[in-house]
Amino acid sequence: MTKSVADNVNPNIYEKESEREKTAADFDEDVEDLFDEREIFDLIRNINDPEHPLTLEELRVVEESNIRVDNKDNTVVVNFTPTIPHCSMATLIGLSIRVQLLRALPSRFKVTVEVSEGSHVSEHAVNKQLADKERIAAALENKNLVQIINQCIAAA
Amino acid sequence: MPNLELIQALSGHKGIVWNVSWHPQGKIFASCGEDKTIKLWSKEGQEWTIKTVLVDGHQRTIREVAWSPCGNYLASASFDATTAIWDKKSGQFECNATLEGHENEVKSVAWSPSGQLLATCGRDKSVWVWEVAGEDEYECESVLNAHNQDVKKVAWHPSLDILASASYDNSVKLYKEDPADNDWSCIATLQSHESTVWSLTFDKTGERLATCSDDRTVKIWKEYKPDNQEGVIVTDRESVWKCVCTLSGFHTRCIYDIAWCHHTGFLATASGDDIIRIFKESEDSDPNSPTFDLVCTKLNAHSQDVNSVRWNPTGNKELLSCSDDGEIKIWSFSSD
Repeated sequence: MTKSVADNVNPNIYEKESEREKTAADFDEDVEDLFDEREIFDLIRNINDPEHPLTLEELRVVEESNIRVDNKDNTVVVNFTPTIPHCSMATLIGLSIRVQLLRALPSRFKVTVEVSEGSHVSEHAVNKQLADKERIAAALENKNLVQIINQCIAAA
Repeated sequence: MPNLELIQALSGHKGIVWNVSWHPQGKIFASCGEDKTIKLWSKEGQEWTIKTVLVDGHQRTIREVAWSPCGNYLASASFDATTAIWDKKSGQFECNATLEGHENEVKSVAWSPSGQLLATCGRDKSVWVWEVAGEDEYECESVLNAHNQDVKKVAWHPSLDILASASYDNSVKLYKEDPADNDWSCIATLQSHESTVWSLTFDKTGERLATCSDDRTVKIWKEYKPDNQEGVIVTDRESVWKCVCTLSGFHTRCIYDIAWCHHTGFLATASGDDIIRIFKESEDSDPNSPTFDLVCTKLNAHSQDVNSVRWNPTGNKELLSCSDDGEIKIWSFSSD
């Protein structure tokens, strides 16, 4: 990004979650290991914000409580919360989350990424764009954009 | 029991297969996708196999392929902003013309019933009408900027030079040429869908149109001509199109494609819920308020989103589908 001043120059920074606690069942080969919200959260919490040297978790853009997983219907829904309602990076953040999940999850999952209700002035437009797989496919053929997304998700 | 029976699953593409198109004689079909290639398939004995692979025509995803009505030309629309025209005058398929003009992704291409006109549309919100001007020569007849968002699909009326387009702006528009000044203009806007309209298909008469959308519904539209018996008010002597039926509560995700068989009247839908459904108009259906019955549901037709469905143009009830999962499937539909 060539923009020198971030949309939100002084965002609130929050504590990170502790690591997931391992239980005996995690190591039991006979226990079916379904995807849960925490696992999705772990996949996206360390995505970097495009404007700050901070993670989406530290900015509370993503939270475990804003993720829903249905292993029966194979759906994952992630709601994310831009730090300010007119954040111009909202689509890019959504795209980064989507790309990270597309790469990390089995293809049977239908992934929906949307801004949390009421958290963005262009909520409907951003959500519609993030839901349009043809636009996403075209965007992911743009080398510059893919490079930016890869930088965001490199540490994730 | 109506049933969609799998004849063959075909792999060969790498990544998303976006579209499939039957040759008018129904013995060959073309497919295209993310891997930037076009594959031509035909039957060898009982098996469908790849006959030809067309490469190097496009730099990016090929979104749609369409055979000309005569079957001698194949048009391909690509995210690289161009539309290529292929033919085999030299003995093998080659790209002999490239239509340039769209600013970015071309998303759909369609030949008029006479084969004399081509329509393309794309992310630049425009619909272009091209005229076949001579051997390998195509001239832009008109650039139509009626939509205010990207245009997903174009389709021609089955017998007249009337064009329809579907858009991200939730509307469908119809166009024709004014014989007085040879100018193309929008003659109708069809508004009722609540999200992106992904595809559309005319019935065999051209007096009805079926559309499918991200709002998870299918809508049937009927043309009311000037001086219609029903008394629907028509202004400027241009037909009015009314939504006469909405099919909702079936698909649970976006409906990406719809195909209306001109021989059997069956409507097939392709959805992001991995399902193919087939609908049929009821026997006692009222033309002004028609009812359609769901006659077949193919759950898990593909392991990912179904992007396209196409009936064999010969009316033999063969259906082609393709998917994000990289596969093409050929189905045989038995209606009883």
